[in-house]
Amino acid sequence: MFAMNTELHKKYKLKKCIPYIFLMPAVILIAVFLFYPMGSVFYYSLFKYNLAKPYANGFYGLGNFIDILTKDKLFYKTLWVTVKWVFGTVSVQLIIGLLISNVLNQRMRFRGFFRAATFLPWAVSGIITSMLWSLIYNEHMGLLNTILLNLGIIKKGIAWTSSLDTVFGAIVVAEIWRGFPFFVIILLASLQNIPESIYESCRVDGAGRLSTFFYITLPHLKQTIIFGTILRGVWEFNNIDVIYAITGGGPANMTTTLSMYMINQGIKANNFGYAAALTVIVSTILMILIYFYMKIMRYSEEGM
Amino acid sequence: MVKTRKLLENIFFRHIPLLITMLFVFMPIYWAMVISFKHEKDIMKKPVQLLPNPATFENYQFVWSKTGFSRYFFNTILVSGLSALAVVIFAVLVAYGLSRFRFKGKRSFMMIFLATQLIPYNMLIIPLFLIYKNMGIIGSLTSLIITYTTVFLPFNAVLMKSFVDGIPIEMEEAAMIDGCNRMEVIFKIVLPILAPGLVAIGSFAFLSSWNEYIFPVMFINNKDNFVVSVGLNFLIGQNVLMYGPLAAGSIIALSVPILIFAYIQKFLVQGLSAGAVKG
Repeated sequence: MFAMNTELHKKYKLKKCIPYIFLMPAVILIAVFLFYPMGSVFYYSLFKYNLAKPYANGFYGLGNFIDILTKDKLFYKTLWVTVKWVFGTVSVQLIIGLLISNVLNQRMRFRGFFRAATFLPWAVSGIITSMLWSLIYNEHMGLLNTILLNLGIIKKGIAWTSSLDTVFGAIVVAEIWRGFPFFVIILLASLQNIPESIYESCRVDGAGRLSTFFYITLPHLKQTIIFGTILRGVWEFNNIDVIYAITGGGPANMTTTLSMYMINQGIKANNFGYAAALTVIVSTILMILIYFYMKIMRYSEEGM
Repeated sequence: MVKTRKLLENIFFRHIPLLITMLFVFMPIYWAMVISFKHEKDIMKKPVQLLPNPATFENYQFVWSKTGFSRYFFNTILVSGLSALAVVIFAVLVAYGLSRFRFKGKRSFMMIFLATQLIPYNMLIIPLFLIYKNMGIIGSLTSLIITYTTVFLPFNAVLMKSFVDGIPIEMEEAAMIDGCNRMEVIFKIVLPILAPGLVAIGSFAFLSSWNEYIFPVMFINNKDNFVVSVGLNFLIGQNVLMYGPLAAGSIIALSVPILIFAYIQKFLVQGLSAGAVKG
């Protein structure tokens, strides 16, 4: 080897700093406005901190957690609503995504247009989605009632977003509209990595469309499906735009997910400590679910 | 025989699914457009008209000039533009650092950036509210710009890294041998090649900021600082529900994302998957 003189050594040391300088601004920003607030949530969760009742504020230990888990009936109700919400939105989005991405991967005329048109709702915000679908669901001048009345399926207009029977399905459909393009996009990207020659040899061997799909396409997409469902699951778990704008969690808390409940407690009821404890519970549940999901998926992979 | 089978397959596996998808995607947009062009008295008229007859622009004029919507519109452009700019600058720095150097903690940095994707970011609302209150910027557009930049940076930085990875390092090495220093290499070689990526990521960030709803609805109380999403929600809260102006406002608010989308949709398939899936 060669001996380093001090001059070179200094230069070498300086060089070692360079990558950290590049990362510094982003790390500071994320530390101050992402990680610090996250940490403070854990801190607040141990306090009674209610702007409406300042006289009762103070250290409360695990009291918030005990109250939530033992006394709060609404918490368990929202837990169930959340399960229905995440499962309902993500599973349907995934299924539509699988179907449509396979259609859009075929060679056809106007493919570019059809792809762009399918991706379109991806660019639409939750609040606009809510507006558009509210106009569809409207009892008096909505498109859905107009069509159903004209076809003679119903006799009288239905108030889709305020009736207890239909409200949940209504917001799930609106959310699916906005969310399925995400799956189409990532699945299409993954489909493009499957070499055409595999499909050709399948055709030569006389395999039909369905068996090709189940034996070639689906196994290839597995990784993408796993990561896609995790990302989307977390996203739907957190996302309350559509719920907040269409129903506000009502009627009778039928559409109050955990995230919605958290916001209502923290902002509307000013109950910061309680909301913080809810947040901690929510994130813990989320992390455990993701862990098990990945474990199960990995396990089944080893089994194959 | 083979031909009919092929035709049937095409109908079932191609035409019908495509037709249903197109109807599903365009139905809500079509309906909002129809209502936005109807006269107020025609909207509630029975039977409901499927096309505006006669059509009118009065809803657009009303919502733009009478409800403060134009102000919300420019507020949103300002906030989204500055957030996008900040995200692009920070993301280039991060992406270049991660792509071109080997250093201690690199893996952890990547992990941290990816892990932020799993943060339930509603949990940030209350603590950020308190932080901004202490800083004295709660309710200002600045508080939104800081929030958006922070929340959208990690994903876009990872995305940007995949763009930088695509630039052959040999070009930079050659320039360095010719006597360029690091800064010259970045400004004269990397950034020009990266231009499409910069625009794509800027558009991603702009779109995300434009569409954000929960943060502004929680942080902004002052009507002067409303952004479009909050303004629309405020319109619903009025005593008299004005469907026409509401639909017109939605179409105006929708037009900007659709224009951006038209540009970035060709990056979507490679982009989203590179950032979101491969990591």
